[in-house]
Amino acid sequence: MQQFTDENCILDVKNLCKEFDGHKVLDNISTKIYDGEKVVIIGPSGSGKSTFLRCLNCMEDPTSGSIYFDGVDIADMKVDINVHRQKMGMVFQQFNLFNNKTVLENIILAPVHVRKAELRKNKKKYPGLTVKKIVEEEKEKAFQLLDRIGLREKADVYPATLSGGQKQRIAIVRALAMNPKIMLFDEPTSALDPEMIGEVLSLIKRVADKGMTMVIVTHEMGFAREVGTRILFMADGNIQEEAPPEEFFNNPKNQRLKDFLSKVL
Amino acid sequence: MDDLAKKWELFINVFINKGGYNVVLDGLLNTLKIAVFGLVIGMIIGTLISMVKLLPQYKKSARIAGKVCNVYVAFFRGSPMVVQLLLGYYVILPLMGIRISSVIASIIVFGLNSGAYVSEIMRGGILSVDPGQMEAGRALGLSYWTTMFKIVVPQAIKNILPTLGNEFITLVKDTSIVGFVGANDLTCAFGYLASNNYEYIVPYVIMALIYIVIVLIFSGMIHIMEKKLRKDERHATIH
Ligand SMILES: Nc1ncnc2c1ncn2[C@@H]1O[C@H](COP(=O)(O)OP(=O)(O)OP(=O)(O)O)[C@@H](O)[C@H]1O
Ligand SMILES: [Mg+2]
Repeated sequence: MQQFTDENCILDVKNLCKEFDGHKVLDNISTKIYDGEKVVIIGPSGSGKSTFLRCLNCMEDPTSGSIYFDGVDIADMKVDINVHRQKMGMVFQQFNLFNNKTVLENIILAPVHVRKAELRKNKKKYPGLTVKKIVEEEKEKAFQLLDRIGLREKADVYPATLSGGQKQRIAIVRALAMNPKIMLFDEPTSALDPEMIGEVLSLIKRVADKGMTMVIVTHEMGFAREVGTRILFMADGNIQEEAPPEEFFNNPKNQRLKDFLSKVL
Repeated sequence: MDDLAKKWELFINVFINKGGYNVVLDGLLNTLKIAVFGLVIGMIIGTLISMVKLLPQYKKSARIAGKVCNVYVAFFRGSPMVVQLLLGYYVILPLMGIRISSVIASIIVFGLNSGAYVSEIMRGGILSVDPGQMEAGRALGLSYWTTMFKIVVPQAIKNILPTLGNEFITLVKDTSIVGFVGANDLTCAFGYLASNNYEYIVPYVIMALIYIVIVLIFSGMIHIMEKKLRKDERHATIH
């Protein structure tokens, strides 16, 4: 059974507020996300789901509040956010593969860059390691990832030639290539044609089953129920209700959630 | 007709027997040097300016740097190139106590000038790149500058290559004013040949033809580059 202790708390969000030009979008949110949890966020459009998710890796800078990741408050502007983002994968609705890079380059770009920088800073720590070796290792790893999603033969093509489902699966393994501690998904299937949703959801499920900690914003209720270990309902910039999927869907308490579920289920 | 044949002979005499080709070669080389190095400097300056102007504006230093860049661009776009050249060579360089050849000075002025134009072109190009590209880079933990240079700028350059090509061709043609500061370019060289015997037709027609050929060659090179850069687009891979 999952243990919820401070040791395995991955993200600790405290009193998170976010305003856009004086307009309050997130209103004092606090929650903890533990190792191995699959937190699914649902809620009406404009309720602040994306904003909340994007605050978790400071793609949006919180107006106030703290976000502890690895015990460091990454909402603090003095923190080198890049170091922490390297351990937080993010998958976008619009895939956002690098258009000027091949599939393989998309996957290895960030890991190679980060490891190169690390090697340059600390040569002694990695005896015998060279840039060439790093590239080879990362390529090898990328091919393994591509094998896992059955797209090895696409390694050398550019994103423009791929289907939406292929793009999103590659975006997911691109994030995985950084060995993140947590993955953030913002409506990963909303921009897909219906026949491609399944392949992406099943990949996310496989990653989930391997123990990855996840926060997923989605409108796919069936998927939320199947994969989620905890469902959050957001409205008006707040978490209105949270519960494990069984309870959440079968026994909702909040009136707004009841109304919402009656519309989407 | 007889007249033209005679003029041709006179020109050949100056060009070959009197060693005029040395002057022309030197001029051609200087023209190319000023245009190419000018563009390289312009690309670097223009890219930097455009990125300073696109920096997130919440830091005071970014806003000040943006203002400085605005003044720079306003000056170089707002005054004639000849004026900039004269000011640079006869006023600013002497004031700073720097002595350099008129060719080097021309390269610098052309670089600074084209930097102002390239910055505007580049800014448009960078803004035309999907913001999701920057987001994806930042989300992977790459810095703003790493993402900018590895992901955004290459795509921006692809989008603006035709416009950039026009800027370069303008630059090539504008080099014909460097005679004002005593640099020997193609225009100067042919002017010198013509003044040798006051026969203008042949040298000036040839001069015009050479400029056209240079521009055509560069246009072709830009076109090839464009094709290469479009390799990541869909239609290129289907066929
Ligand atoms: N960059 C921004 N600038 C100004 N306002 C913003 C910005 N991003 C989001 N907002 C506003 O914040 C509110 C919450 O937006 P958000 O995108 O987080 O909602 P959401 O729950 O993800 O909605 P959806 O289901 O439609 O994706 C909206 O009112 C939106 O207009
Ligand atoms: Mg959203």
